[in-house]
Amino acid sequence: MASDYETIIGLEVHAQLLTKSKIFCACSTRFGAPPNTQTCPICVGMPGVLPVLNREVVEMVLKTSLATHCRIAPFCRFARKNYFYPDLPKNYQISQYELPLAEGGYINIESDGAVKRIGLIRIHMEEDAGKLFHGENFGDPAKSYVDFNRTGVPLMEIVSAPDIRSPKEARDYLLKLKTILEYLEVCSGNMEEGSFRCDANISVRRAGQSGLGVKTEVKNMNSFKNVQRALEYEALRQMRILDEGGQIVQETRLWDAKEEITLPMRSKEEAHDYRYFPEPDLVPIMVDEEWMERVRRSLPELPDDRKTRFEVQYGLPPYDAAVLTSYRALADFFEDTTKLFPKPKIVSNWIMGEVLREAKRSDEGIDTIKTSPSMLAELLKAIDEGLVSGKLAKEVFNEMSTTGASPMAIIKEKGLVQISDEAEIEKLIEETLRQNEEQVKQYRAGKTKLFGFFVGEVMKASTGKANPQLVGAILKRKLEG
Amino acid sequence: MKITIKEVQRVARLARLELSESEKEKFTHQLNDILEAMDKLNELDTENVEPTSHVLAIKNIFKDDEPSESFSLENMLANAPEKERGLVSVPKIIE
Repeated sequence: MASDYETIIGLEVHAQLLTKSKIFCACSTRFGAPPNTQTCPICVGMPGVLPVLNREVVEMVLKTSLATHCRIAPFCRFARKNYFYPDLPKNYQISQYELPLAEGGYINIESDGAVKRIGLIRIHMEEDAGKLFHGENFGDPAKSYVDFNRTGVPLMEIVSAPDIRSPKEARDYLLKLKTILEYLEVCSGNMEEGSFRCDANISVRRAGQSGLGVKTEVKNMNSFKNVQRALEYEALRQMRILDEGGQIVQETRLWDAKEEITLPMRSKEEAHDYRYFPEPDLVPIMVDEEWMERVRRSLPELPDDRKTRFEVQYGLPPYDAAVLTSYRALADFFEDTTKLFPKPKIVSNWIMGEVLREAKRSDEGIDTIKTSPSMLAELLKAIDEGLVSGKLAKEVFNEMSTTGASPMAIIKEKGLVQISDEAEIEKLIEETLRQNEEQVKQYRAGKTKLFGFFVGEVMKASTGKANPQLVGAILKRKLEG
Repeated sequence: MKITIKEVQRVARLARLELSESEKEKFTHQLNDILEAMDKLNELDTENVEPTSHVLAIKNIFKDDEPSESFSLENMLANAPEKERGLVSVPKIIE
């Protein structure tokens, strides 16, 4: 059934910008302050106040727009979007409407091993609304409660073209966008915390059909995984309706992550009429060539370029390069380590394994882990020089990632120094062979697969510290000599 | 008539305004007068005049990204008819 249909998806992302102060006033944007302590007459819209645009907001949106190949409007302005809701104290949201800051860019994603271009329709600036708590979770069930701390936090809205053809592509597009924003240091990209939000427009049409089907809007998807699952559900729901000869109702639906279904949003029938008009309190923004050029020059190396460079400069497989460059901090970690220990593939293996595991354990991810590039390089050097075995090195890693101690200190303190002294290993081997006379006889009678057993026994006798290459070589000599 | 009483009702509803019957009549007339005055302006030849979106001919007015002191919680909530634990309490919003 599903193969008879094509799915068409367009995504709208709201990204909170990482400014220190709000978009039109000086209130802090710091997350987690007590309710309503980061508010002022401007952001709660008291009469007679005047908003003034935060320059950094324009800078951040310009960075994003240039990094995604958008055209920057030489002239743009804000508009008032009028509606009533308790989280919107002014009864209008200052947004952009007919003249956004940027239009017509694109983002490349990988789809079935090929590069696919997803168009961007527009990027604009606006202010966030407050946060509502509902009575069931807080106090009186017949009430809702408002915290205005988030009111006026700068948002960047990024609208994609309906170029996305599957829920998986939708997820890949979002991950790529998040990575770009993270590289630009303009948004934390945290979906669970709501600093990166996504709504989707989705429709299906029979293969070969031209023109678009009736779409629905899906909201309330608060993780990358949920976006994919919600859209998979919604596409299938629409296909079933069409298969049964029904019609899709254009509506907004909410993803219920617990039940794993989308449900129509209960709202008033009245069609939205936002009565947009140019915001009289703010003056127009005109970005000239010089400003644009300055921002362009300030752009960091972007994920796609860095991935290609990792493949060329370090000879890494595309998979490694993609994983390492998916976070700016992770790519930096790799490059810093490689500078100190120039064997890129070994560094890559350890970062994709041990370091990422440590980052997942830590709440804040890669930025706050105890292991530093110099610690990892020191450990890898110790393995390389035969000071510690690869197996025990994992133990050392675990220890240093919990305590932050230097790997050499751990190796010495825990007595994990690898035994590379031939005489000592010979002694261990002779002891082992003496204790396993029966197996030695069998081995010499032709049961050579017992070799692994002897290696294991010697390693056990050395509590894992013997150099396995040496053990192998000497053992062979002893058994066969 | 450029605007009917039905449109006045609709705009009033969108703006959450409750108007009496006589007010609706009155505003319909007033709004028509305003729109007619606009027509008068439209008679002007503006062929060679740049459109403006603002009464002042200024652009690019910005503030620096420097956080400073906010309102006190007490001041912030002074106008709220109902409050609880630092939050403004409102009738339940169903979504």
